[in-house]
Amino acid sequence: MVNKDYSQVLTKIDMIAEKIYNDLQETKIPYLNLPTRTKANIKFDDKLSVWKYGKSSTERNAKSLDGAYMILRTMYMADFIKEMIKVKKSSTLREMYYISEGWDLAKFHSQDESNLLAEDLEVITNCMREDFKLRPEEDGARVIGNLTIDEMTRNNTKKKIHCQDDVGDAGYSIPYNVEKDKITIKSCDADFIVAIETGGMFDRLVENGFDKSNRAVLVHLKGQPARSTRRFIKRLSTEKKLPVLVFTDCDPWSYRIFASVAYGAIKTAHISEYLATPSSQYLGVTPSDIENYELPTDTLTTEDIGALKSELTDPRFQDNFWKGEIKLQLKMGRKSEQQALAKYGLDYVTDTYLPEKLSEMGIIKK
Amino acid sequence: MSQIIAEELAKKQKEISVAEFFERNKHILGFGNRTRALITSVKEGVDNALDACEDASILPDIYVEIKNHDDGECIIIVEDNGPGIIKQQIPHIFGRLLYGSRFHAIRQSRGQQGIGISAVVLYGQLTTGKHTKIISKIEQDRPAIITNLVIDTNKNRAEIINTDTIHWDKQNGTRVEVSIIADFKRGKKYVYDYLQSTSIVNPHARITYKEPDGTIHIFERTAEQLPQKAEEIKPHPYGVELGTLIKIAKNTKARQLNSFLKTEFSSMGDRTSNAVIEKAGLDKNINPKDMTRDQFLALHKTFKEIKIMAPSTDCLSPIGETLIKRSLKTETQEISPEFIITSSRPPSVHSGNPFQVEVGLVYGGNLPKEGPVKILRFANRIPLLYQQGDCLITQAISSIDWRRYGLTQPAGKGIPTGPAIFMAHISSTQIPYTSESKEAIADVEEIEDEVKLAFRECARKVQKHINKKVSRVKTREKFDLITRILPEIAKKSAHMLDKPVPSLDPIITKIMDVVWIEDVVEYEKVNRKPVQTTLAQEGAEKPRENVITKSKIMVVNYKRNSQKFNLYAIIPKDAVVGTVTPKPIKITSNYIKWSFDSIPPAEKVDVSFELAGLEKGDFDENDLYVENINPAYVIGADKWEGD
Ligand SMILES: Nc1ncnc2c1ncn2[C@@H]1O[C@H](COP(=O)(O)OP(=O)(O)OP(=O)(O)O)[C@@H](O)[C@H]1O
Ligand SMILES: [Mg+2]
Repeated sequence: MVNKDYSQVLTKIDMIAEKIYNDLQETKIPYLNLPTRTKANIKFDDKLSVWKYGKSSTERNAKSLDGAYMILRTMYMADFIKEMIKVKKSSTLREMYYISEGWDLAKFHSQDESNLLAEDLEVITNCMREDFKLRPEEDGARVIGNLTIDEMTRNNTKKKIHCQDDVGDAGYSIPYNVEKDKITIKSCDADFIVAIETGGMFDRLVENGFDKSNRAVLVHLKGQPARSTRRFIKRLSTEKKLPVLVFTDCDPWSYRIFASVAYGAIKTAHISEYLATPSSQYLGVTPSDIENYELPTDTLTTEDIGALKSELTDPRFQDNFWKGEIKLQLKMGRKSEQQALAKYGLDYVTDTYLPEKLSEMGIIKK
Repeated sequence: MSQIIAEELAKKQKEISVAEFFERNKHILGFGNRTRALITSVKEGVDNALDACEDASILPDIYVEIKNHDDGECIIIVEDNGPGIIKQQIPHIFGRLLYGSRFHAIRQSRGQQGIGISAVVLYGQLTTGKHTKIISKIEQDRPAIITNLVIDTNKNRAEIINTDTIHWDKQNGTRVEVSIIADFKRGKKYVYDYLQSTSIVNPHARITYKEPDGTIHIFERTAEQLPQKAEEIKPHPYGVELGTLIKIAKNTKARQLNSFLKTEFSSMGDRTSNAVIEKAGLDKNINPKDMTRDQFLALHKTFKEIKIMAPSTDCLSPIGETLIKRSLKTETQEISPEFIITSSRPPSVHSGNPFQVEVGLVYGGNLPKEGPVKILRFANRIPLLYQQGDCLITQAISSIDWRRYGLTQPAGKGIPTGPAIFMAHISSTQIPYTSESKEAIADVEEIEDEVKLAFRECARKVQKHINKKVSRVKTREKFDLITRILPEIAKKSAHMLDKPVPSLDPIITKIMDVVWIEDVVEYEKVNRKPVQTTLAQEGAEKPRENVITKSKIMVVNYKRNSQKFNLYAIIPKDAVVGTVTPKPIKITSNYIKWSFDSIPPAEKVDVSFELAGLEKGDFDENDLYVENINPAYVIGADKWEGD
């Protein structure tokens, strides 16, 4: 692995310690400022065309017990990262959570807490998790398509992988680090990327040979996509200038998957420009598709309805397409799944649905 | 013609026998069905036993036994260690309805009517045909008298089957044994409840109860002191009926109206007597025996129109908050309630009859969270078991909105739901029962108002307790913050930068910005004699643990400048104050007051006081107040509102 220069990261981490130390010395109640990480505080960045945190910020100060704990934990985490950089190790978020068991007062009560704080630390320092030598748990998603990747293995040798010929039906597995020190996209001969929510649909398209017949790169999102999956899509799409089509179930939770691919997630809005692919388009299944294709449906639950209504006020869903579709769905009171297309046979999705939708969107010609 | 009718009618006019009277009124007397009959019989026996012991200043030791036969016949035995009854009185007391010592006396007692025990005797003989056995002994060296009797229902007199002297091991006391038809299976729970409730309001009594299957329950006494003796008082003008007024005038020794008023009534001094006489337009020298009906009427009318001082309240014998709390604690031990709060009102008057209200509230622990709260009603230390819905106590509780205090109550009215027991005790020279069976208190406005006030006060204390708990948690958090977390933050930042650890004092006062008061209550066992002497005579078998209650209070000034203020600690009325540090500026029967001239920032003052004459747990929470300082600056004490 290329040895990365961590001196910048160390300086930024020490700045936190200094801020707190100076507050104490000036007899100020120690505090840290960070952007408010909620739906209400994300703004569209015109230059980057992604959603970033806005101006409102939250002060965590030692006046309250929660604030004091947060500051103490931040210090412990910062010190831990310094230590890892020093001894050239990395750890998973889960490992860090377990290591925090030994932090006495600063220990976390759940991994959610430590994950959130790791994100806070990114936000405060303007660094990325990868800079902190922290990696996620989830194994990356899968890719099949006519492209070749150079991956740096742990033996420090480069390995060339063709994502059709060198992989089985499960495809190429995206590693947690997809930065340039780890991965290079050598060549790609395809027309577009289809990002698919469910494994079942991904496998259907692979079995039907859709990647070959339609010159597509298929990426499996595995539900809410991991950072590395989003980063991979972003790199592939910008480096090879390929449009991205997101193909999911037809329910409010799936729309959020699309939004995180296209505009960035609320939780990671501080690094949206790295992760989001603003040119992504939503392919389906749309509420209109339910009507047009007469798909089998389920009733919306109260949670579904709540989520849809919340999306109506989410700044990321304010264009006419989304407003129209969400309102239509609320009116229908129904939802559906990608795999409901099997109603018309196993080949229907590749032979009829996708070609129709893709040509409607101008991606392929009839 | 009319003479003939009158004579015809005369044939039908005859004395009604007490048996017929009883038969017709047995529901009013509490014998309406076999379950009620069981409880009423036990209750009349136990009420009398307690009254008798208290009259003689003896700590009651009461034995209750029920034997049950298959055919529904129960033998009920109630035995006391009271003064006993002299031989000549036994036939009257047990063999005559409406004979007793309490009907005319104006003072607090359980017995009121002179019906109680003779009604049981009558019920027994009517249902089983059997006689009642009474053993009574009045003095150590004399033999006991045993009497078997029934009531001659035509004459309302006792018919003695036999009477004899026997040896009885007891020093003195009375034992009544009566056979009745009753439903023990159904009544079992009620008898137990009645005895347990009785024990709550009679902490000075020990009650031993043996059930038919041999099970023995002992309700131990929690107080070695007899209640303050209820003194007999004269009638108060506000409460006297016209007929009674005329009767008293007939029997008085006074020869002049003004001395008549002064000697025969409460609260009538020279000035009030003269004012009444003048307003009624009467001559103060008139002999009351010569007064006409119209003159009595004028006098009686004026009584109500003139302001007369309330009667003296020596005639009452309330239980006292400390003892109520202690008995509730003992009886609810298994429930381990979260808190027990009591409150008592000063004496008041309803139509010339003094009365006083005391209430208690038990909350939380293992009490059932669903279902209506349990209401324990008491009048003159007698539990009221039936007709809860018709009782003034229930109405008063229902009229208060309890939703703010952790209980549910639809629309803020009615009996609340939740894990609580409500207890109310009314003592009076005259309890206005709704009927002779003494099961519910009639709605007398003055009493209902007092019950409401008492429960409202209780509710305020509950609110305070809840607030205190919340502020305790907050205080704990802040303390954690400044003593543990902040030093860690300082250490860690210093360590990361390789610099010395900065001083935290100025930041601590900034973060806290309060005067902080924390307290603990501890108990210390002592071997010395209790400070207050008890009236216990033979009750000394089981010496109680003597404890000193120690209250320690820490006052820390976490403000940025020096603080000057007064601190008050509330103490129970029946406690004796021991060592107090630092020197207080005032000690009253209610509180101890300290004055702090100047506590510099970050300085601590330790305050402590000792209380004797209490049992462990009687005083388990400090009640602290501050004065001459913005109460918002203080955690752990409230604003002093004056005495
Ligand atoms: N165990 C006892 N020891 C001594 N005296 C007793 C005992 N039981 C009853 N007496 C006397 O007998 C009297 C009559 O008792 P009884 O229960 O009939 O009426 P009461 O208690 O006066 O009124 P109530 O009808 O309200 O019970 C009492 O007033 C009391 O003087
Ligand atoms: Mg009686």
